[in-house]
Amino acid sequence: MWDFLQTYGLRLSEGTLVTAAQFALASLVACLAALSAGLGRLSRHWLVRNFAVIYIEIFRGTSLLVQLYWIFFVLPLLGLSLPKFTAGFLSVGLNVGAYGAEIVRGAILAVPRGQWEAAYALSMSPAKRMRRIILPQAVALMLPPWGNLMIELLKGTALVALIAVSDLMFVAKQINGATFRSAEAFGTALIVYYLLARFLITPAMRGLERVMARRLGKV
Amino acid sequence: MDLSAYPLELPKDDCPMVRFMNVTKSYGALVVLDNLNLDIQRGEMVSVIGPSGSGKTTVLRMLMTLETINGGVIYVDGQPLTHMARNGRLVPADEAHLRRMRASIGMCFQHFNLFPHMTALENCMEGPVQVLGLSKAEARARSEELLAMVGMIEKKDQHPSRLSGGQQQRVAIARALAMRPRIMLFDEVTSALDPEVIGEVTQVIRRLVAEHDLTMLMVTHQMGFARDISDRICFFYRGQIEEQGPPEQFFTNPQRERTKQFLRAVKDAD
Ligand SMILES: Nc1ncnc2c1ncn2[C@@H]1O[C@H](COP(=O)(O)OP(=O)(O)OP(=O)(O)O)[C@@H](O)[C@H]1O
Ligand SMILES: [Mg+2]
Repeated sequence: MWDFLQTYGLRLSEGTLVTAAQFALASLVACLAALSAGLGRLSRHWLVRNFAVIYIEIFRGTSLLVQLYWIFFVLPLLGLSLPKFTAGFLSVGLNVGAYGAEIVRGAILAVPRGQWEAAYALSMSPAKRMRRIILPQAVALMLPPWGNLMIELLKGTALVALIAVSDLMFVAKQINGATFRSAEAFGTALIVYYLLARFLITPAMRGLERVMARRLGKV
Repeated sequence: MDLSAYPLELPKDDCPMVRFMNVTKSYGALVVLDNLNLDIQRGEMVSVIGPSGSGKTTVLRMLMTLETINGGVIYVDGQPLTHMARNGRLVPADEAHLRRMRASIGMCFQHFNLFPHMTALENCMEGPVQVLGLSKAEARARSEELLAMVGMIEKKDQHPSRLSGGQQQRVAIARALAMRPRIMLFDEVTSALDPEVIGEVTQVIRRLVAEHDLTMLMVTHQMGFARDISDRICFFYRGQIEEQGPPEQFFTNPQRERTKQFLRAVKDAD
């Protein structure tokens, strides 16, 4: 094992960095997509609402792998070619964002009605009510389920190896192909994914939850 | 709905602060308010009492435009509230008109509804800064003055979750007043409070009555308090005003059988 890491450690670290970058960018896409679609679902405008529903249905109702292939192999036929790195995090982000949209929507609806009414009674405009009063409270409600989604997202990024983005999984497969040391190659990948989830994502989400609790004066 | 019988506005010189004209409100088949006519004069303090479900809250919520109305017109300071004049006719009001109209109305709720992610001071500053466009410094000065008035200045940096019910309600009153409304609505603001803190909230309302020329409409179950501070009592029964009058006369010499029954029932409960 030690000589394996000495030989391939550098390449595996590079792969891990690519995975981390995919994760960060896909999270950003997922947050923006979830927020837009979650708010869109609640919009007063028929068109916006339907647009959001269609996005959510498509990206939740079909598999991530198929979406990835669509965005990487089919969109170029329609005139939109994306580099594989971009296609990778975009697919993962849009897929997870569709699940996130339901979390956003649920959290907004879970903010007590009295909060809307109090903001309304202060003559706040609909946009200000949402931004200043409802969303800050909704964010606190959506953080716990959002944490699970982030771990799903990390696992989802492994699929970008299938369009040859050189992430951790891609590197592990290459090493396996060249050396047939499957146990070491995939074992290392397994452990790195676990460590990322367990010691980066989970504590980060816990930290955010604590910050939110403090902002609500609940500490 | 034919609105041609209603004036586009009331004459400015001697119109009441609030006028309900034949206002009807129903939820599906349930008629909650039936052809309500009610005038509230400038600076008047009117207490609304009545059995549960008689439509008291609905009256306040219609005035705050939290509820739509199904018939009639409400005028605030002579201007139609949920309608506006266009081409010489009354049409349903748009968002901008509604927002302009409700800027002169403040409301306090039974369950306070303070914003939990803001301190007491931030709660009070939110409207003045975000809606009235005051600078932070101006809004802070105004809010601190009001928090002092309601006896909450020491707690101004606390979040609502750290405050008792009575304290939260006092902050909520300050928050509403920070918008400088001309009409204040109180919907059972002491009903969710422990008995020992009710007094600190009623004390604030007493001060408002004594020191400000606000027009106030208050739903309450506290007969003694209503009797003390009101200019007029309105007794609602099944969506209609069954009886109204000055408090002394209303409580000592009620005319209608239902009023007598109701007053007996609340006295027995005490
Ligand atoms: N959103 C709603 N949908 C259907 N019915 C409603 C709604 N809001 C109120 N009602 C009904 O309207 C009637 C009047 O309600 P309202 O809240 O005005 O009564 P209230 O006099 O304030 O009673 P309470 O003393 O219990 O607060 C009640 O019968 C109530 O059930
Ligand atoms: Mg009520």
